[in-house]
Amino acid sequence: MDNLLAARSQMALSLGFHIIFSCIGMAMPFFMAVSHYKWLKTGDEQFKNLTKAWSKGVAIFFVTGAVSGTMLSFELGLLWPAFMKHAGPIFGMPFSLEGTAFFIEAIALGFYLYGWKKFKPWFHWFTGVMVGVTGLASGILVVSANAWMNSPAGFEFINGEYLNIDPIKAMFNDAWFSQALHMTIAAFVSTGFAVAGIHALMILKGSNTLFHWKAFKIAISFGAVCAILQPLSGDISAKDVAQRQPAKLAAMEAHFKTEEKAALIIGGIPNEKEKKVDYAIKIPGALSFLAHGDFNAEVKGLDQIPEKDHPPVAITHYAFQVMVGCGVVLMLAGILFLIAFYKKKNWLESTWFFRLFAILTPLGYIALEAGWVVTEVGRQPWIIYGVMRTSEAVTPMPGIQYSFYLYSLVYLSLSVAVTFLLYRQIKSIPLKYDSNNIQQSFTLK
Amino acid sequence: MLYIDIAFLGLSILLYLLFGGADFGAGIIELFSSAETKNKTRKLTYKAIGPIWEANHMWLIITIVILFVGFPIAYTTITVHLHIPLLIMLFGIIARGTAFVFRHYDAVKDDMQKVYNLIFVYSSFITPLFLGIIAGSLMSGKINPTAISFHEGFIAPWFNLFSISVGLFTVCICGFLAAVYLIGEAKSADDAAIFISKAKWMNVATVLSGALVFIISEVEHIGIFRGLLTNRISLLAIIAASVSLFFLWDYLLKGKKNRVRILAGFQITMILFAVGYEYFPAFVLLKNNSFISLLENTAPLSTLTALGWALILGSLFILPALFYLYYSFQHREQEY
Repeated sequence: MDNLLAARSQMALSLGFHIIFSCIGMAMPFFMAVSHYKWLKTGDEQFKNLTKAWSKGVAIFFVTGAVSGTMLSFELGLLWPAFMKHAGPIFGMPFSLEGTAFFIEAIALGFYLYGWKKFKPWFHWFTGVMVGVTGLASGILVVSANAWMNSPAGFEFINGEYLNIDPIKAMFNDAWFSQALHMTIAAFVSTGFAVAGIHALMILKGSNTLFHWKAFKIAISFGAVCAILQPLSGDISAKDVAQRQPAKLAAMEAHFKTEEKAALIIGGIPNEKEKKVDYAIKIPGALSFLAHGDFNAEVKGLDQIPEKDHPPVAITHYAFQVMVGCGVVLMLAGILFLIAFYKKKNWLESTWFFRLFAILTPLGYIALEAGWVVTEVGRQPWIIYGVMRTSEAVTPMPGIQYSFYLYSLVYLSLSVAVTFLLYRQIKSIPLKYDSNNIQQSFTLK
Repeated sequence: MLYIDIAFLGLSILLYLLFGGADFGAGIIELFSSAETKNKTRKLTYKAIGPIWEANHMWLIITIVILFVGFPIAYTTITVHLHIPLLIMLFGIIARGTAFVFRHYDAVKDDMQKVYNLIFVYSSFITPLFLGIIAGSLMSGKINPTAISFHEGFIAPWFNLFSISVGLFTVCICGFLAAVYLIGEAKSADDAAIFISKAKWMNVATVLSGALVFIISEVEHIGIFRGLLTNRISLLAIIAASVSLFFLWDYLLKGKKNRVRILAGFQITMILFAVGYEYFPAFVLLKNNSFISLLENTAPLSTLTALGWALILGSLFILPALFYLYYSFQHREQEY
């Protein structure tokens, strides 16, 4: 494994790991705050217990996200020193603000987790909301830094030098809004469906059903609404990428030839040698419409981009298909939930309904990871789009593959540990969180 | 604005050493305790640092962000040449943070607790050791940007007696700070006595390991000791720290926990200040007698200004919230 590939693999692994926990950190505190709010309003003890159970989850996920994020702030320099030397002063603004947001999040979490009975109820609730607000802000700021890599702004690149730096302009680069919106909604979709899915599974098991039903309802409400909104934000992103990064759009769509009335390619196997896609479904004109809002518009293909600037087409294309595929399924499931909730109450007592949502548990995270692959692999071979190549940025320190193996081992053990802890938390619900309501309150048909 | 950025850099390092250090130290004390006191330390540690431990470690993030935004050359020199100790330190941070939270939030308390404890205490030792090694390497003058061999480029800068002695010194400081902090947290006089005795031992270890740093620096021809003697303000700070040792012992023997805390914080602040001031504006010493300067090797002015404002605004939010957090869990006993 050469150094560049090792460094890229390690970065992909670290971000792929961190992204799950940061998305949970962005969304889950809000679920917790809603449940807490319902307890304060109704006095229903089950909501209090649910809030406590979820807060344990938040604590476990937060620490995992925090340490993997600390790791990343060093890894940027450990793996890509030449990038950080130039980029640090330009795109560092969101990171310096994120430092504050993250700090407040840690403080708020300290208040929240240890503040039961110590503070006035509404102040305590407020600190929980602050955990969510600052988590959300952190996520948006970090994505804005990533957006700068896709859409460099706030400097002039003259003779290999980075001049006239404007960190504020760099932060509000052209891609920050569409990327931050898409990521924020994705955090709620993936976490909403995952939490709902786990509680659906518990409902199927048949104990503490009312407890799990309350949890399911809160989580899926966020998930469903956001899953329905996500295609809209995806559309904004697609149009944006078509403007700024035609190579990425072309790779996402495996769109080899520049043409008018470009077809939307669904599925298929990109054949990079012969520049075509085998076994794909093609919808004529649809790509032109999605990218430029006009069925006849010309869409730039990979043929207009020098070969050395092509991103890996197959990976980007597959990842894009996976993301969109999962997104569509989740959107349909979201609609299904809303129909059930408002019109077909009897579905809410059927086994098939909860079985469906239990199966969908990992789908949001699969979409999330796939989407991240699209944006990161689709930007290659650039680390700063059009300015610096990833290969120019890699560390001179040899033997990064060993560090990659070590990281893999660490992340694998952490995943196992977190899963194990989560399993134990869920198993303890009948004893610790819902002991009065062991009796099932409704049965599935 | 440059000086504001530098002041925040210094402040973050100091607060990380004081609060993060006391936090690491709790694990170090647990490591060097008998089975009986281990349990007491564990319970007290959890009570004392549970709500604040995450916040204590945020200072490291702030330090790193200031470095890579404002002083990118220093940041990348460190991350390239000290890659290996940084990696070990990071694994320590991951292991420690997760083990600390997992051991408390595991819904079932069984033998897994032993695993968490083991990971927690050893990583509490290893992480500050390597943090200290990294700090020592910045002053060792062994970082060589034009190195050709792997050893010279990536091993020699940190794998040397001086860096390791600074690492040990850091571990002792952490243990000392934790013991002093835990005296005040103890609920009974018996418990307090345990930590008073720990604080005494840790103080002796700190003074000895500090002396070791000076001795080794002379042997290895690293100018830290002579630099201190010739820099009047740094020398004054060191003398103040040394003189305050007598008062510290007096208060320790009398069991005056708050005064001991203040003096311990004062001493560590003075030591860090003395060394920082001695080398200023140098931040990383390089092999060819040159150095990376906080005044010259900086980001452009526009970035330094934006960073300064971000830090000022950030501290307006962070400091009051943090103060209230510490205050709440120290003094409030009210129940709702």
